[in-house]
Amino acid sequence: MIIPKLAFQNILGAGLRTWLNVIVLSFAYVAIIALNGIYGGMQEQAVQAQIEVEYGGGQFWQGQYDPYDPFSFQDAHGALPPQLQNWIEEGNATPVLIRQATIYPNGRLRTILLKGINPDQTVLNIPSHFLADEKDVTPALIGSRMAKSTGLELGDYVTVRWRDKNGTFDAQDVEIVQIMNTSVQTVDNNQIWVPLNDLQTMTQMEGEATIVVVDRNFQNREPIEGWTFQSLDVLLKDLMDMVKSKTIGGSIIYIVLLMLAILAIFDTQVLSIFKRRKEMGTLMALGMTRVKVIELFTVEGAVHGVLAVLVAVIYGTPLLVYLATQGFPLPASTDSYGFAIGEKLFPIYSAQLIFGTIILVMTVTTIVSYLPTRKISKLKPTDALKGKLT
Amino acid sequence: MKKIISLLFILNISVSAAQTPSGEWILERIDENWVSGNKIYVTNMVIHGRRGADRTIQSKSWIQGSEKSFTEYLSPAREKGTKMLKLEDQLWTYTPSTDRTIQISGHMLRQSVMGSDLSYEDMMEDTELKELYDAEVTGEDTVISRPCWVVELTAKTSDVAYYSRKMWVDKERFVVLRAYLYAKSGKLLKTTEIKNVIRVQGRWVPNVIVFKDALKEGEGTEFIIESVEFDVDIPDYIFTKAALRR
Repeated sequence: MIIPKLAFQNILGAGLRTWLNVIVLSFAYVAIIALNGIYGGMQEQAVQAQIEVEYGGGQFWQGQYDPYDPFSFQDAHGALPPQLQNWIEEGNATPVLIRQATIYPNGRLRTILLKGINPDQTVLNIPSHFLADEKDVTPALIGSRMAKSTGLELGDYVTVRWRDKNGTFDAQDVEIVQIMNTSVQTVDNNQIWVPLNDLQTMTQMEGEATIVVVDRNFQNREPIEGWTFQSLDVLLKDLMDMVKSKTIGGSIIYIVLLMLAILAIFDTQVLSIFKRRKEMGTLMALGMTRVKVIELFTVEGAVHGVLAVLVAVIYGTPLLVYLATQGFPLPASTDSYGFAIGEKLFPIYSAQLIFGTIILVMTVTTIVSYLPTRKISKLKPTDALKGKLT
Repeated sequence: MKKIISLLFILNISVSAAQTPSGEWILERIDENWVSGNKIYVTNMVIHGRRGADRTIQSKSWIQGSEKSFTEYLSPAREKGTKMLKLEDQLWTYTPSTDRTIQISGHMLRQSVMGSDLSYEDMMEDTELKELYDAEVTGEDTVISRPCWVVELTAKTSDVAYYSRKMWVDKERFVVLRAYLYAKSGKLLKTTEIKNVIRVQGRWVPNVIVFKDALKEGEGTEFIIESVEFDVDIPDYIFTKAALRR
């Protein structure tokens, strides 16, 4: 116990120098936890939003459908098999028919996706009930981004032109009955939602769909001929990859902070070994082995890490808790990053993240503290007492 | 391109103006005129911008029957060398700046060609009218001082692009001087107006045509046929994807 006790006494005795190192190191702790918490929160929020609004518990895709291949859209529709039809009737799934179309907002031509959805569905968190109203014209639902980019407002009429099953052009006006605010761009940009029955009639595709979204709580995933099930792992892969790449980019910030902190500790160690040669000689003369002296100096360095944890707890806890509960508003430009985050980001700090960070910083600090002490292993007590360091 | 031109061909067959011919007979005259050999055109496409700025794109097209066509843009410098190849119902474009050939399909077919009132799919339309439409003569009118039959067409097959059309056909020259193209709902989608007709190799050829997307604002797109040659030999290699990169 003498070494830890001595180490704490020595390190606290160093005064301001110690506290400067400790404060810089505590910044590294807080930065690592805060940034990783932000990316964790970003991923969690984006995943939840995508699941609620677009993916549900997974999707069955009609055999021809490939969202990354616009060539596939034309033929990507098919009659709903009985199995899927049962799940839809039970409320465990909802069909979506996707067709390409052209709209003419304010006299300008724009290509869009026309999506048909059941107004009374509850599988996806889309305000489709607004499409239930009986009107003379087809009601349409758009997202706020679509509204902004096209200049369409609530109650506006816009002409939509499409081709039916046989390739014949048809066109009619639709009325914008609701503009939804959603963080999920993939149900918003260049898309118009209309009642499924209307779209099926408009395109002569009665009883057909392009995808069927399964409810989150529905576990049945039986294979269905002509339809391919896409699990959440597959559907969310792009999102996960994007978060991963952002996390790697963001880690540069705290790596720089950590480097600064360990450089300060390394310098401090080198300086103390140089300045405390006589002390080392005295300790050895009093019977302390070289290994014990190395241990003492290494522990002294590592104590920086322990003190930094305490300092980080003092100012970091309220700060991180505040961010996690209140969130922080995101600038409008964040919307173009492609993440379905919303207006506020709420970081998430897991126990794994907190303890992992402490272990990482402590390990790095200890290694950095040990490296300069290797010189002590060659030190002769007589030389040390004379103030020599060979 | 072929569709554009096909709509506008004429047949110089005299018909007594006193008698009202059947719609089918008029379509036959137009279709007979269209079913000709190979053609080579040089055209100027004048696109009227929303802010008054016009752009003129010159192109040369080689056409073989109703299945094959190849178009190369000659000017302006920015578009020069861009090529389009149509083989049956498939369309490819080549842009020299990217040195890439891409197939135009799906929603891209619905996009405007160079900002004009024509989409790629408009350019791919075949217009063998007699095969596709039932026709009825509904009246007479005068367009650019020419007496015309007003003919209303209704699709007789389910896979036709425009469900119905209204055409003003020159009584003497059998040129479609004006055409309105409608959606199934009856909404007017496109209009074409011919401003001038010239005689080339014994045929009446419209040389100034205005296309207008009726759902879009603007003055439409003007097509000016600078030169046209009929029944010329076109080597087969022109209608290959390899020719796009030449």
